[in-house]
Amino acid sequence: MSKPALRVALLHSVVRREEKLLAAALEARAGVECVLLDDRELSFDPAQAAADYDAVLARSVSSSRNVAARRLFEAAGVRCFNPASVGAVCNDKLETSLALLRAGVAHPDLRIAFTEESALEAMEEMGYPVVLKPIVGSWGRLIARATDSDSARSLLEHKAALPGFQHHIFYIQRYVEKHGRDIRSFVAGDRCIAAIVRTSSDWRTNTARGAVAANYPVSPELEAVSVAAARAVGGGILAVDLFESEDGFLVNEVNDTMEFKNSIEPTGVDIPDAVARYVVDQLRAVRAA
Amino acid sequence: MIAVPTLTACPVCDGDVTISEDTVANELLDCGECASELEVLSLEPPKLAEAPEAAEDWGE
Repeated sequence: MSKPALRVALLHSVVRREEKLLAAALEARAGVECVLLDDRELSFDPAQAAADYDAVLARSVSSSRNVAARRLFEAAGVRCFNPASVGAVCNDKLETSLALLRAGVAHPDLRIAFTEESALEAMEEMGYPVVLKPIVGSWGRLIARATDSDSARSLLEHKAALPGFQHHIFYIQRYVEKHGRDIRSFVAGDRCIAAIVRTSSDWRTNTARGAVAANYPVSPELEAVSVAAARAVGGGILAVDLFESEDGFLVNEVNDTMEFKNSIEPTGVDIPDAVARYVVDQLRAVRAA
Repeated sequence: MIAVPTLTACPVCDGDVTISEDTVANELLDCGECASELEVLSLEPPKLAEAPEAAEDWGE
């Protein structure tokens, strides 16, 4: 007797190239049904279990919805990729830094302060340049580099004037000279499936800001630090941003809902297929147990 | 999914936008004429709207 199909819901807001490729990769696997689930159309009654799916692959571009929806699905007994707890850690740069610190994963030097005065003092102690980041945010938005006391004071004054309490927690990272490039590695479970080097004339090397991606060979060292960083935040399907330094790789950030459309061609790796394989293998391992 | 490629009007510039056979609802498309980012609201009938603006929590 054939086993019932695995129903995997792909949670999305808009459907980007990534979601389309992931849905196709899931559907291409025998015995798997992929259902597109628009987070804008959902409403939940947390008291009602509604486990219509074997799993949810969380791909909402809204990071807050992406975590909240997973919490609700998990409460209803649905396995989520990644788990909500992983999304919550990755969405918060402070949580990510603490997770990396606990796991002994190398990370750029960091200070946290809560007032303009204490933040300026921390920056002066670290020495310039330093990078100020919102603890919540992506795509390089509102990340600023202070090169001296004057620019630090101006940036802090502007940040303090921003609405939203998150902007008043000052996350200060030592600037790592990366010579216009950084590395992004893609992890699925205990494997680093691919990596790219991102090059830009902007000091922020996000592809969302026009950085150009090229293949970066996955060395044993890169695989080890990438998988360690992924495990530090809870593990699963993750993209790890790293700087090259004289002392080896430094993990800058770990991304829970990775974008990869510009990385398939340069790496030659079918990233959506690797993600789909990981999800299905995990689900089938549980069914077989 | 729709049966054949269909042309529909860009809501911004009124130019032609192709809805292809593998287009899905909520997919993002770029208008080839004005470069606006569009969202496919429905396939039958084909209906496009400007894609939502990125919110503060959008990202990876």
